[in-house]
Amino acid sequence: MLNYLWLGLISFGIIIGIINGNIDTVTNATVNSCENAIKFIISITGIMCFWTGIMEIARKSGMISTFSNLLKPVMRFLFPDNVHNEQAMGAVMMNLSANFLGLGNAATPFGIEAMKELQKDNKNKDSLSDSMCMFLVLNTACMQMVPATLIAVRSAVGSENPTGIMLSVWIVSLISLVVGVIAAKFLRKLC
Amino acid sequence: MSVIDYIGKSSLIIIILIFLWSGFVKKVPVFDVFLEGVNKGLKTVLSIIPSLLGLIVAVGVFKASGALDIIVYAFKPISYLVGIPSEILPLAFLRPISGGASLALVAEELSRYGADSYIGRVISTMMGSTETIFYTMTIYLGAVGIKKSRYALPAAIIATIAALFASVWVCKFI
Repeated sequence: MLNYLWLGLISFGIIIGIINGNIDTVTNATVNSCENAIKFIISITGIMCFWTGIMEIARKSGMISTFSNLLKPVMRFLFPDNVHNEQAMGAVMMNLSANFLGLGNAATPFGIEAMKELQKDNKNKDSLSDSMCMFLVLNTACMQMVPATLIAVRSAVGSENPTGIMLSVWIVSLISLVVGVIAAKFLRKLC
Repeated sequence: MSVIDYIGKSSLIIIILIFLWSGFVKKVPVFDVFLEGVNKGLKTVLSIIPSLLGLIVAVGVFKASGALDIIVYAFKPISYLVGIPSEILPLAFLRPISGGASLALVAEELSRYGADSYIGRVISTMMGSTETIFYTMTIYLGAVGIKKSRYALPAAIIATIAALFASVWVCKFI
């Protein structure tokens, strides 16, 4: 799926670029994006490694397994095949809580940890397990308590009520979450 | 609001403190274990570089070509049919592929339409309730070296489309 998407984005971009007479911009974008990618990786490396370090402490001290018991019934519904794997469930919980609190930088290392733990239980190592798909879907529609960046942008452009969208953001996230979970549960039967 | 805001802001630093002390209490050699974790983290970063590079280049080419305008133009009649204001189409297509670019687009559109107008609220709601799914997926799949994503992407796209329709609908009432 990602193969087609990647091919599509690049081919469509190049073809449209040629038709539009934007070919210089597209060529420059290719070169600059490579540079930006590496700059971006360097900029996240520090914080990512810091969090994986902190997380290692949390794992050795048993904090992650404690976390995994917090919402056991919900986890049993969402991840029926992996609910026994306390490390995986703990990492999933920590990733979702970090997202909820709006700690994007901390959420990613927790998410990667969750994926690695889920991979250990995965029977077919080169394709996603059902639990991994569910985890990715939960990340897509992740609810955020305070969408801080968005509120900052709104007040920067002169909104009279920058926080006024919070309720609608919560409702829409919840709808998207429910639809995503149903879609994942349904699609797993098809493929 | 400021209280919630403050809890949100301080949670990060408090979590670090709790983790460190829970380790210390359980007699974990905290600094040694921290270093082990950092080492693992470095390996993880290395493992996601290829897919991240690929994604960022693809998105860069796509954005620079002006393809977004054409897709938006092509989808206008459909959006009219299903009752989605065409002003939010650019964000709907940009949001899943690039977080930074969509934030810039949101700022631009909010100043054009007014942040508190109906369109402004729909755009804000969409931005707040959806995620850069291709980026998330690329990183998480790259980290475990999985190539077959099965139904993860379709399910995520369905959730995103649901958020699009829900934003249009919910903002009529709130």
